[in-house]
Amino acid sequence: MSDTTENSRRSFLTRGGTGWALFTAASVAGLGMCVRFLFPNDPFEPATKFKVGYPADFAASVNGVVDKRYKTRGVWIVRNLDGFYILSTVCTHLGCTPNWLEAERKFKCPCHGSGFYATGINFEGPAPRPLERFKVSLAPDGQLQVDKGKKYQQEKGQWEDPASYLAMEYTA
Amino acid sequence: MKLITDSQIWKSIFRHKYPDNSRDQALAVLSNVFLHLHPIKVRKSGVRMSFTWCMGGLTFFLFLVETITGVLLMFYYRPVVEYAYNDIKALRDHVPIGIMRELHRWGAHLMVITVWLHMLRVFLTGSYKPPREFNWNVGVILLVLTLLLSFTGYLLPWDQLAIWAITVGTNMARATPLMGHEGPGAAFIQLGDVSLVTAGSDVRFGLLGSKTVGAATLLRFYVLHCIAVPLGAGLLIAVHFWRVRKDGGISGPM
Repeated sequence: MSDTTENSRRSFLTRGGTGWALFTAASVAGLGMCVRFLFPNDPFEPATKFKVGYPADFAASVNGVVDKRYKTRGVWIVRNLDGFYILSTVCTHLGCTPNWLEAERKFKCPCHGSGFYATGINFEGPAPRPLERFKVSLAPDGQLQVDKGKKYQQEKGQWEDPASYLAMEYTA
Repeated sequence: MKLITDSQIWKSIFRHKYPDNSRDQALAVLSNVFLHLHPIKVRKSGVRMSFTWCMGGLTFFLFLVETITGVLLMFYYRPVVEYAYNDIKALRDHVPIGIMRELHRWGAHLMVITVWLHMLRVFLTGSYKPPREFNWNVGVILLVLTLLLSFTGYLLPWDQLAIWAITVGTNMARATPLMGHEGPGAAFIQLGDVSLVTAGSDVRFGLLGSKTVGAATLLRFYVLHCIAVPLGAGLLIAVHFWRVRKDGGISGPM
């Protein structure tokens, strides 16, 4: 068996090993690119932080008036005599969007019948916990600002957090 | 006739005589790209309806029905939010043979049923046992692909039922271990203080193309429904049939 420099066992293993290593690395890189391609840099989703108008634009009542104007942005704005809070429109059962039924004063989910009071507390159907609330504050220009990036869950006691509501007495 | 069967064209296509003897019968199967997946010989018990229920064959038939009706539907349907729902209605009201979508839909329902019955038959006759255990596993993957075809097709009509059904269904992906942002272990995948698995980067986001079911989701599910899953299913069906042959043909009665 000839063992020349050009064709020795050592050089065969080195070349073969390098070749396979490069091939594997290229395959993994290619596969990684394919997977990464499926995660867009910008999915063009609406901003999670937005202004919804001046406090004076909202009507109030003792038990709260539910404002549905920003439902397509995923929030209900509720105004009672003490202030504001923002409810998520995502049902805590399986993620459908409930409807506000003014006559019955409740949020009713069309998917599986979960019901919530204007406070967001669940009282009927399969929903296991209350609707979530979002951060609300006053922007420098005096408008209400909703931040969906920060959520507050009642069952975790987070509704006690001052940032989960905006205290502002109603003066008609 | 003899003039035709002796011609070079005929002989270039058919490499055997009329299959009236064992040798030519075997050649007829072996030299055909489609038939070669099929066992050369089938036991008498293997074609008994009471034994096989013909459920595997019916499932394959329905897969072909779905392929043909599905491709026909693709000539009219556009997976775009503005058009999808109206295109579905147009398939009923403005396109000849207005039942094409219904054929596709009912075929899909039937296919799920025949797949389950096929599995039941294979289970009851013990046909999942060695040497067929590998093929049982191929079959289980095919079952999953059948269900995925149903699930991805569910969104395409783009009506309220479709949107909310997919919303509910894909919410489960949130809880995928490690890869879903609400799943076990996801909280530990961090780079410094930055969580890598979030609502905007987890496996559900990859499936939907956004955080909620929307235009990107419709397009993604369309591609999955018409290209990705059928290709995978087609490949595995070929493997499935080939393994029936390689594992000794359709099993005999116990």
